[in-house]
Amino acid sequence: MTEISNVQRPFLEVSDLAVQFPTEDGIVHAVDGVSFSIERGQTLAIVGESGSGKSVTAQAVMGLINKRNADVSGQAIFDGEDLVAMSDEGLRKLRGSKMAMIFQDPMSSLHPFYRIGDQLTEAVNAHHKVSKADARERAIEMLHKVGIPLPAKRFDDYPHQFSGGMRQRVMIAMALINSPSLLIADEPTTALDVTVQAQIIELISQLQQEFDTAVILITHDLGIVAEVADEVAVMYGARIVERGSVDDIFYHPQMPYTLGLLASVPRLNEVRSDRLDPIPGNPPSPIRLPAGCVFNPRCAHQDQVADDLCRTVRPALQNVGPAHQVRCHLPATERQAAADLTLSLLGRPGR
Amino acid sequence: MNESKEPVLRVTDLRTYFPVRSKGLFPKTIGQVKAVDGVSFMVHPGQTLGLVGESGCGKSTTGRSVLRLVEPTSGHIEFDGVDVTNLSHKEMVPIRRKAAMIFQDPYNALNPRHTVGAIISAPFSVQGVTPPGGVRKAVKELMERVGLNPEHYNRYPAEFSGGQRQRIGIARAVALRPRFIVCDEPVSALDVSIQAQVINLLRDLQDEFGIAYLFVAHDLAVVRQISHQVAVMYLGHVMELATREDLYARPLHPYTHALLSAIPIPDPRAQKQREHIMLSGDLPSPAAPPSGCVFHTRCFQAQDICAVEKPEPTEFEPGHQVACHFPIEEFLGTKEIIGPDPGLTPRLGADGSPTGEYEGSNDLIRELGTDYGAGPNTPIDPGPAIWR
Amino acid sequence: MSAYVVRRVISMIILLLLLTLVVFILFSLLPADPARLTCGKGCTPAVLEANRHKLGFDLPVLQQYWEFMKGLFIGRIYAADSPDPVVCNAPCLGYSFKRGEEVLVLIKDRLPATVWLALGAFILWLAAGISVGVYAALRRGRWQDKTVMGISLAGYSLPSFFLGLMAIFFIVIRLQLLPYPSYVSPFEDPIQFFQTMLLPWIVLAILYAAFYMRLTRNQMLEVLGEDYIRTARAKGLPERIVIRKHALRAGLTPIVTAAGLDLAGLLGGAIITESIFSLPGLGSLAVNSVNDADLPVIVGITLVTATFIIVANLIVDLLYAVIDPRVRLVS
Ligand SMILES: Nc1ncnc2c1ncn2[C@@H]1O[C@H](COP(=O)(O)OP(=O)(O)OP(=O)(O)O)[C@@H](O)[C@H]1O
Ligand SMILES: Nc1ncnc2c1ncn2[C@@H]1O[C@H](COP(=O)(O)OP(=O)(O)OP(=O)(O)O)[C@@H](O)[C@H]1O
Ligand code: SF4
Ligand code: SF4
Ligand SMILES: [Mg+2]
Ligand SMILES: [Mg+2]
Repeated sequence: MTEISNVQRPFLEVSDLAVQFPTEDGIVHAVDGVSFSIERGQTLAIVGESGSGKSVTAQAVMGLINKRNADVSGQAIFDGEDLVAMSDEGLRKLRGSKMAMIFQDPMSSLHPFYRIGDQLTEAVNAHHKVSKADARERAIEMLHKVGIPLPAKRFDDYPHQFSGGMRQRVMIAMALINSPSLLIADEPTTALDVTVQAQIIELISQLQQEFDTAVILITHDLGIVAEVADEVAVMYGARIVERGSVDDIFYHPQMPYTLGLLASVPRLNEVRSDRLDPIPGNPPSPIRLPAGCVFNPRCAHQDQVADDLCRTVRPALQNVGPAHQVRCHLPATERQAAADLTLSLLGRPGR
Repeated sequence: MNESKEPVLRVTDLRTYFPVRSKGLFPKTIGQVKAVDGVSFMVHPGQTLGLVGESGCGKSTTGRSVLRLVEPTSGHIEFDGVDVTNLSHKEMVPIRRKAAMIFQDPYNALNPRHTVGAIISAPFSVQGVTPPGGVRKAVKELMERVGLNPEHYNRYPAEFSGGQRQRIGIARAVALRPRFIVCDEPVSALDVSIQAQVINLLRDLQDEFGIAYLFVAHDLAVVRQISHQVAVMYLGHVMELATREDLYARPLHPYTHALLSAIPIPDPRAQKQREHIMLSGDLPSPAAPPSGCVFHTRCFQAQDICAVEKPEPTEFEPGHQVACHFPIEEFLGTKEIIGPDPGLTPRLGADGSPTGEYEGSNDLIRELGTDYGAGPNTPIDPGPAIWR
Repeated sequence: MSAYVVRRVISMIILLLLLTLVVFILFSLLPADPARLTCGKGCTPAVLEANRHKLGFDLPVLQQYWEFMKGLFIGRIYAADSPDPVVCNAPCLGYSFKRGEEVLVLIKDRLPATVWLALGAFILWLAAGISVGVYAALRRGRWQDKTVMGISLAGYSLPSFFLGLMAIFFIVIRLQLLPYPSYVSPFEDPIQFFQTMLLPWIVLAILYAAFYMRLTRNQMLEVLGEDYIRTARAKGLPERIVIRKHALRAGLTPIVTAAGLDLAGLLGGAIITESIFSLPGLGSLAVNSVNDADLPVIVGITLVTATFIIVANLIVDLLYAVIDPRVRLVS
């Protein structure tokens, strides 16, 4: 691989990723043609309805999907190598060293029977031949970095002697202990209290700068997205339906689902009318994804599209700005009108 | 607001303690979890009191105690002017017709082996009420009202989505047209787009039937959307109680300030301009609450007196109560305030060496081998039994 | 820890005392007259009465219990007022007139065969049960798993006498692969010992391993779905470490509990297996004593078995604390 191709390629480029689980009820289309890319030092937030395939996307990139129970297709080129085609052993070597992941529930993510320190040094030893003392020193250093007081002392404690917030700090220390260049955080604060959530988000951004890590942050909290994301991918029904910079998504949203999502969030800082504007209906079953546009059963704009396209033809992800893409059949003017309506509702001037 | 009207619910100095017991052949009470520790508030007809706070602060226990689903340790609960604190279960039956509950988890709150029709008609049979036109007709009307298809009368909960199940729970709760409903995190398990549907539904039912809600939630934005008044709880105590407008625009309690500033708002430019009050550390355990003001271990405003003397809830302005020695009147939107060291501080023994315990941590419960700093809805589970 | 053990031992002793009392009362309610059995064909009421007195069966139950307790701690003399008194020294578990021997001696004689049988089978079934259980869990839902589960179900439902008799019939009688079982101490003749014990070990192990396969498989399946296993994989640990170090250890607790209690139960005598393979163990002693209504022996065996179980319980609980650091030993 030449220098040049490495420079031109995004650091992680996922294209057309699809994951299907054959089950007794039918094939679960958990992820269906997802593409995105991310550079070092950047944060990509993936938001979307529960069950829309956010976690499965992340696990597929990490090689954590058991290929015996699932079909994974597409490409995920990470630093020049395709993660989807890679052998289990190749993936194992990358996991925890060049790419790492933290999970939603810190209470259950650490092994209850092993000391915090041993779980940390185990992560070091899985990838480096280092002495016990060196591994210990590295672990204590990381514990210190994530703000655990008296790290040398707490090294020998068990997870149950830590609170939820502290455990998530330990998980972050464990993920970053081998200085990975990609960190995937799957709802890292959903199980935590808001005051602790603020600490953890702050910590992740701080360490991201220090290590120049690419961060994929999965969340359903638009507030967190607004705070930390550079890029946003909105997922719905196993697909990415809109993708753009954080400003694109919050100030120039285009896809009817994104508009509905923004409109239905209750606000902390602004007084709005007593009624929210929910999206009617329910998200689709991943076993029976609707034909055409996955959002069509809940979309108020489909009658503005000619020829019943919404129900028959799957819209492609089309460019609407330099780095802004939308998956919708609506003609540009109608789309803009819908967006303007929502933005005025949110009290935000459009462009 | 509506001060002239009699409140539907008046709670005075409510305390609910749970014993921490050792397990075994001869269990002993070895401590107490002060889940609710001296809470007073009123709920007015047709209005919503939001109860917010972090996990484990006693919100759910308050809600359950009010309906006598758990037995309060002391205090008074008056329902429509009737003191129900000491009523027997039999005497509670007619009261229960006027008060209902909606639970957080739409997956566990419904019996999976009963049809939706059976679930929603249960209150009628329990109370021995026959609505005009019959139970079946009433249930179908209710289903229609909460946005369910009445033709799904004979389906089972498993066939419904999370939001629809929450609608089933709501239909069951409003079946007898209660005066008052405790909603325990009714939308926390739902997606944002579905959350909004349910909030609107609750709001509409309130307008239509004049129901009063005690709305328990940890999401301050949701609470702002639905409440008329809001109470902020911390470790079993109400820290601040005010009208929605006052609480969000002119908070007084340092904890309320911290909470509001910790919640990121979904507006990138505005969010990036906000400064945060970063609270350090974690919630102490309600089994070993700090002395004096229970918030003093994390408070950026704390003085010496705070560790000694407990601040009583006082009316700072009409309708705006706060329990703090040093309430903050200016809005702290612009300052960065950092509290003491993050994390738990090791407790030192007499010789200055660490004892292996931590300040404000829940040693009692740890002793039994359980998590402290519990996550959402973590019950006290004293770990595997040693005696069997 | 040590304070905990002391407290546990004290309560264990109290429990055992209570248990002896219950056993005494229960057996005194039995219709059989133990004195009648010591008195042969030409029994006269006078001889019967004398024997009854000699054995102490004429006393009220509680007093019999008291005598028994005294015997346990300071020894006991039966029929002290008769010309031929019987002396039973300090830990006196009773005296069997039927066999003309102290109960303790009888039990001591029979214990080794039982202990060897139990230990050998225990090691075999744990090794087989756990490894096959893990294997099945890792191949969940596929043919290997289904086969293992099928075999386990079969082993589970086979009665031990059937399995034992089949083994003797085919392996000893038809194929003559092993000599007819005849127990000797391993220190006397190790080869004959192994030849004798091999079949009973295997028969018992099959019966128990069937259960442990299932238990291990289900435990492993549960644990493999835990978040911390996903964390271990996300760290890049090799799969074999994920399974052995992280998953198996976490699933061990119920296996340890079951193993401790099963072993203790077996130490009280494997009645059927011992009888089929003519092993001179506690089990066959118990059967014979019940047939003879030899009450003192039955009481003795009951107490020894109960002690094993109670001690096993304590050991299991201590092991719990070793396995799971969240368990703190408080009483
Ligand atoms: N191992 C599996 N077998 C079958 N279906 C699965 C499996 N893992 C995930 N799914 C399904 O794939 C879909 C996508 O799941 P995923 O966990 O990615 O959702 P998500 O977007 O992360 O949702 P949430 O916000 O609830 O975490 C869901 O419908 C889920 O039920
Ligand atoms: N039945 C019980 N027995 C013992 N302790 C209990 C019991 N129920 C609740 N607790 C404890 O009382 C405290 C308050 O619990 P509660 O459920 O009221 O909190 P909450 O504010 O509703 O929290 P969450 O947001 O997690 O639902 C917690 O520490 C909890 O562990
Ligand atoms: S493609 Fe059609 S259904 Fe889908 S979002 Fe656009 S308008 Fe709505
Ligand atoms: S009383 Fe003191 S510690 Fe408590 S909130 Fe007020 S200032 Fe902080
Ligand atoms: Mg997920
Ligand atoms: Mg609760």
